Parts: sequence; C-alpha cells; structure tokens
Amino acid sequence: MPENILSIRGLKKIYHDLDGETLAIDNLNIDIKEKEIISFVGPSGCGKSTFLGILAGLEDKSEGKVLFNGRKKIGYMLQSDSLMPWRTVLENALIGLEIINQKTDENIKKVHELLDKYGLHDFKDKYPTSLSGGMRQRVALIRTLATNPDILLLDEPYSALDYQTRLALSNDLYKIIKSEGKTVLIITHDVAEALSLSDRVVVLTKRPCQVKKIYNVNLTNSGLPTENRKAPEFNTYYDMIWRDLDVHL
Amino acid sequence: MYTYSEEHVNFLKKTKKRKCLIYVSQASIIIVLFLIWEFLSRLGLINNFLFSSPSSIIKTISSLISANNFLNHILITLYEILISCLLSLGIGFLIASILWWNSFLAKVFDPYLTILNSLPKVALGPLIIIWVGASMKSIIIMSLMISLFITIINFYTFFMNTDKSYITLLKSMKASKKQIFTKVVLPANRKNIINTMKVNVSMNLIGVIMGELLVSKEGLGYLIMYGSQVFNINLVITSVFVLAVISSILYYIINYFEKK
Repeated sequence: MPENILSIRGLKKIYHDLDGETLAIDNLNIDIKEKEIISFVGPSGCGKSTFLGILAGLEDKSEGKVLFNGRKKIGYMLQSDSLMPWRTVLENALIGLEIINQKTDENIKKVHELLDKYGLHDFKDKYPTSLSGGMRQRVALIRTLATNPDILLLDEPYSALDYQTRLALSNDLYKIIKSEGKTVLIITHDVAEALSLSDRVVVLTKRPCQVKKIYNVNLTNSGLPTENRKAPEFNTYYDMIWRDLDVHL
Repeated sequence: MYTYSEEHVNFLKKTKKRKCLIYVSQASIIIVLFLIWEFLSRLGLINNFLFSSPSSIIKTISSLISANNFLNHILITLYEILISCLLSLGIGFLIASILWWNSFLAKVFDPYLTILNSLPKVALGPLIIIWVGASMKSIIIMSLMISLFITIINFYTFFMNTDKSYITLLKSMKASKKQIFTKVVLPANRKNIINTMKVNVSMNLIGVIMGELLVSKEGLGYLIMYGSQVFNINLVITSVFVLAVISSILYYIINYFEKK
C-alpha cells in the first residue's frame, strides 16, 4: 500500500461579498496516495478550481486541514498555458527556477534534458507564438516539472484545445508523469478524460463541494489513455459516473 | 532555389507601388500647399505682412540664426522638453508602481488624481509664476502639471490590466510581489510604456510652449509671444513652423525605438 502524500480533513471555504456569503466547499475529506493520478469531476461551478487553488496556496481556506506528509513541493498548471510571449521556450521553462532562485547549472541542464526528451529541442530559442497549441501545453508541463515538484495540480489542463490534440496530449501527459514519477491531481469536466488517465476518479457534489463517490479505476488493458478508452469496462464506469454527476439542463 | 509564382511577383510589385504612391501623395500635399501659399502671397492675393509666405519663413530663419541666436531658443525649448519628459516619466512611473503595489493607496488617491487630471492647468500658470518666479523652473513645473497626472493614470491602468493568468502562475510559484512586477508586469507592458512615452512627449511639448508663453524669457514660445506683441507675424509663423518640425522629429525618434 503506498503511503498517503496528502490528507484533506474537513475542508471548508466560504466566499464573502457585499451581497452575502457563498459556501463553496463544505467538509471535504480525501486522502491522496503517493504517485497516483487522481481526477476530480463535478458539475461546473461546484468549487473544483477553488479546491485546487487552496492546495496550491493561491486561496485561503476557511476551515479544515490540509496535511502534507513532510515538506512537499507543488506544481500548478492552469487552464491556459500562460507562456509569456516575450520569453523564449527555454526562458519560459526556466521561470519557475528563476522565481525560487535555483537557476543552477544542474537545474538548467535538467530543463534542457526535459525539452530534448519531449521533442522541443529545435524550439528552445523560438518564441511561443511559433508553437502549436499542443506543443505550448507540453512546454507548460515542462515548466511545471522544472522545479521538481512532488505533487502536480492540473486545473482543466487541456480544456482550451481541440479534441484530437487533447487525446494526443492525454497520452503525452500520462507518459511524462509516469516516467517522472509524480503524484497528480487533475480537475476536469471530461469524464472520459478522467477515466482514461487516472488511477482513481472522485465525483464531487454540486455546491457546496463535497466528495460524493470515489471510483478505483481497474481497466483490463491498462496502458496509455487512448488504449484505456477501448477497455470493455470503460463504458460501465462512464455510465456510473455520469449517473452520479446527475446533470440536468 | 525557390522562385515565386508570377502572381506573387505581381502582388509584391503592387504592394510596393501602393506604398510609393502613399509617400508621393503625402509629400505632394505639403509641397502643393506651400506653392499655393507662396503664389497667393506673391500675387498679392493675401497680405504678406499678415500671412507671411514660405520664402519669408526661410529668410526669417536664416536671419534669425545669424542675428538673434535662433538656435539657442530652439535648444532651450528642446532642453525644457527633455527635462520635463524625463521627470514626468520617472515620477509617473514611480507613483504608478507604488499605487500598483498598494491597492489601498490607489483607492484613496483615485479621486484626487481624477480631479488633478481634469483641472485645466493653464489656470495654474499665473500662480506658478508668482510662487516659483519667471524662470525655467516654472516652465518645467507647468509642463509637469500637464503631463504628470495623465502619465500616472496611464501607467497605473496598464499595470493593473496585466494578463491575470501570468500573475496567477507566478503566485503559484510563490513569487514575491517584486518578482511579479519585474518578471510579468513590466515586460508585458513594454509596448504600452513606449506608447505612454509618445503621449508624454506631446503633452510636454504643449506644457513647455505654454510655460514659455507665460514666462516670456526665452525659447520658441517666447519668440511666438514676442512676435505677436511687436506684430512681427513672420516671426510667429516661423516659430510655429519650426515647432511643427521639432514635434514630428521627436515623434519619429520614439517610433524608431518602438520598432527596435
């Protein structure tokens, strides 16, 4: 049994404005295991992104505990790739190291290796505008990996891209994460994407956000996400999760 | 070697031709206007004394240079513009950065900035001269009054409108406020900063000339004022003409830096 890298207990978040208060997250509990890929699906506007924002330290929680097992570094990836047009691909990938003042020769070499390994060798000195959407996301992922985080938080990472690119990037992401050995939390509204990528899928309730159900995904031909989609149990899982989500227009 | 298709060659030719035509048209407008002006004045259809003429302008310029230290007046005006530009960009940048840094201060000073910006600064001219004296100092203060507040407001608005996703990204990396400012806010606003410099130059040009009109000691503004008082229209029109040349040169200098 892998150890828990992160435990969340009784997490609560209230938003305040002059019109009143909104309970976004209420009593959310979950344990995250080391090196697992875990997806969170839930109705839109249920507070998923808030949850991730709290873990990333971008927002304050109102109540509850977020317990890391030891000192853990966190990498956060947003919906948009946020590559800075005034920086080259290499400079973009290095910004995280620059911020934490760890732009050492060794770390720079590691970023070079990552860029080489994932097919961006010829684009290092190009500006992001000359890259396709898929490649930009790959640079964004390498930028996140550059600071060597233990836990990756991905907030609807590929939602801005077209379907084909997303499928290809799912495989890409899976391979990169597995070979770098990271714990990954993904927020998505795409049930198929969640199922094909993750070891576990967590279904969240409508606002206030709580854990409704957790699925351990066991697929017979577990491999790359595109392969996983072909597994016979895939549709059964999909139907169960879809029913849990209880989508009404 | 790859050769272009005939259609593409034609396209290139056409684009070039069009560009040439635009330049030629631009030049001919000014040439034709000056020719008409010259002819009207020579034929006596307009009064040369009241409306001057291109040839008198040239004559006036050469006599001013030899007799009246014309270059000195031009240099003084340029110097005043340069100093006020540097001051207003520097101070404006500093204050805008502080306001970006501290949203409380920004909220507190917002109405004051708006009032100061919308107040017609010419009204302050006489006061400034009384307080500071009729010197270059009051010309520069005058010019700063006109350009500074709009510079602060512009810089501040640009800083605040920086793409939020870059800032969120840096915050998730635990960046300090200083790092967010130097690594995102400034580089993201490079173009906007240069644009503000452009606006700033023309505002200071207005401010300096206005100051010189009021202080009336030296510079192109003084020549205009002096010329109108002694009814030397030639001098007034020549100074305005030189002013137009100076402002377009300044504009093209900044444009050159913008493209770099």
